[in-house]
Amino acid sequence: MMDKPVNNRAWFLVLPVLALVAFSAVLPLMTVVNYSIQDTFGNNQFFWAGLEWFEDVINSDRIRAALGRQILFSAIILAIEIPLGIFIALNMPKKGAWASFCLVLMALPLLIPWNVVGTIWQVFGRVDIGLLGYTLAKLGIDYNYVNDALDAWVTIIVMDVWHWTSLVALLCYAGLQSIPDAYYQAAKIDQASRWKVFRYIELPKMQGVLLIAVLLRFMDSFMIYTEPFVVTGGGPGNATTFLSIDLVKMAVGQFDLGPAAAFSLIYFLVILLISFVFYTVMTKDQGAQ
Amino acid sequence: MTKITLENLAHSYSPNPSKDSDYALKSMTMTWQDGGAYALLGSSGCGKSTLLNIISGLLVPSQGRILFGDQDVTQLPTADRNIAQVFQFPVVYDTMSVRDNLAFPLRNRGMAEAEVAKRVAEVAEMIGMAEVLDRRARGLTADAKQKISLGRGMVRQDVNAILFDEPLTVIDPHMKWELRTQLKDLHRRFGHTMIYVTHDQTEALTFADQVVVMYDGRVVQAGTPQALFDAPEHTFVGYFIGSPGMNVLDARVDGATAHVAGATVALNHGYSPKGSKVQIGVRPEFATLAVGGAGLPYAIRRIEDVGHHRIVRGQVGPQDFNVIVPEGQPIPEGADRVIVDPAHTHVYVDDWRVAPAAAERAA
Repeated sequence: MMDKPVNNRAWFLVLPVLALVAFSAVLPLMTVVNYSIQDTFGNNQFFWAGLEWFEDVINSDRIRAALGRQILFSAIILAIEIPLGIFIALNMPKKGAWASFCLVLMALPLLIPWNVVGTIWQVFGRVDIGLLGYTLAKLGIDYNYVNDALDAWVTIIVMDVWHWTSLVALLCYAGLQSIPDAYYQAAKIDQASRWKVFRYIELPKMQGVLLIAVLLRFMDSFMIYTEPFVVTGGGPGNATTFLSIDLVKMAVGQFDLGPAAAFSLIYFLVILLISFVFYTVMTKDQGAQ
Repeated sequence: MTKITLENLAHSYSPNPSKDSDYALKSMTMTWQDGGAYALLGSSGCGKSTLLNIISGLLVPSQGRILFGDQDVTQLPTADRNIAQVFQFPVVYDTMSVRDNLAFPLRNRGMAEAEVAKRVAEVAEMIGMAEVLDRRARGLTADAKQKISLGRGMVRQDVNAILFDEPLTVIDPHMKWELRTQLKDLHRRFGHTMIYVTHDQTEALTFADQVVVMYDGRVVQAGTPQALFDAPEHTFVGYFIGSPGMNVLDARVDGATAHVAGATVALNHGYSPKGSKVQIGVRPEFATLAVGGAGLPYAIRRIEDVGHHRIVRGQVGPQDFNVIVPEGQPIPEGADRVIVDPAHTHVYVDDWRVAPAAAERAA
């Protein structure tokens, strides 16, 4: 093997990007770090607080409960959307007019602004005027997302599945389209069952896009704010108060900058950690021989 | 292992074929004998792969029937035909080990593990991958992957036929020769019906007992390599088999005489060709150079020395004509005539060889 030439001056090419990222991400993040270790009583006077806010956040029952709800929510979302997305992708037509039609249809929910999605479902589920809520009520099913915690959860999960399964399906569809025909032909020659075709051809070829799908859906669902805020406002009670809703209440509602900053940093680290775990687990056999 | 019969088989990729050129495969009837080693030879796009995919069931023909033995399998899916096929580009199951790849077709048929292990070991030995059986297939080089594909094709002993679709394209030349020998050996040992698609005549001639030449969706000739060499039924066969291929000259044939470029060539038989395009064909092996006198006017353009013989490239009138001069034989100084051997000169009408008009000659 020939050695590639090494020239460290190439790093200079990265400088402009580095400068931009510093201004757009690193500096704001540093202000958050700054807030998280200080206390203020107004007048722009700050006092050293050390790790006090972090301890408060970690020991807060309210935040722990929100974290629990958040993890449960993301787990349910992934458990539904990933298999469902794969299933839809497998059953979409491979070519022709129907393929284009399906693609457009699948892309539609992705084009709707998030707060509009929330509004659509908020109205859709209302017992008095919503198509869904009214129909269910007329059918004698006791459904009310405003009062009932379970109904609120079901509504938000169905809404998220409706909104985002398309993304998983489209990614998987792209992955499936890139499999050459010869693989399917060889599988027929080898008398492989449908399940084995999926297990040994389609799934391995989709691994890359699935990783992206899982990471995107995990991060988005873990940070979900707009839709539940519009539909339930975090209620009933605290039943659908996820981490970001709690965080916004704390930072903007109560203006507790210190604790909110510490909360943000922990929130960020949790997402980073779980994403890292997903990434490591899903790519662990890539290098194996 | 079985005899494969194609009856009035034709295939078109367009849903409503109307004219002849819509067909990738024109109507054909032919038989592949049980245990034969066939090479399917032809240039790219002549329908070789289409024919192969129809035999294996990956394609359902637009018309006609396929019989395995006496059973009509035309509508039978690939999996039920019990046939092996190796494709031009390697197909391996990335996440499996080499061993599991080779065992895959056997396990799918529910073979006992002990038997599987035995077969896999044999095949691994044959393709030279016994040492890497436990390695992942992912990350192997293209020719290692292709060897696995070949191995998967050969691992089942009870298959009706093994089809090879230009399987050695990605393999390096040394290994190519070795694998071809292995395939030949496998054929001798187990007597599978093998059909080997290629556009490389050396590959075809070394592998097969029977060579089937296809041109433009048709089987133009099937026979032993010797028959294809001696009496090409179609100008394409003459051109495609042989290096360089047969010389084909436009001619006017009148009885036992052909008129070419203002000169005449005596033929062994009388012909009465009916058709617009009349040609004579003679292989470069059966032409000799001369100075003056009889023969066709010839102009040498260049001489290529390929070791054991020399190829003289030149022209008869405006038409290309090559001559092979065997080693040790001099090329006459100032050669300007070429003499063709009448015993090896054929007459073609519209590209098809015509038989001598025996009756007319008697009259």
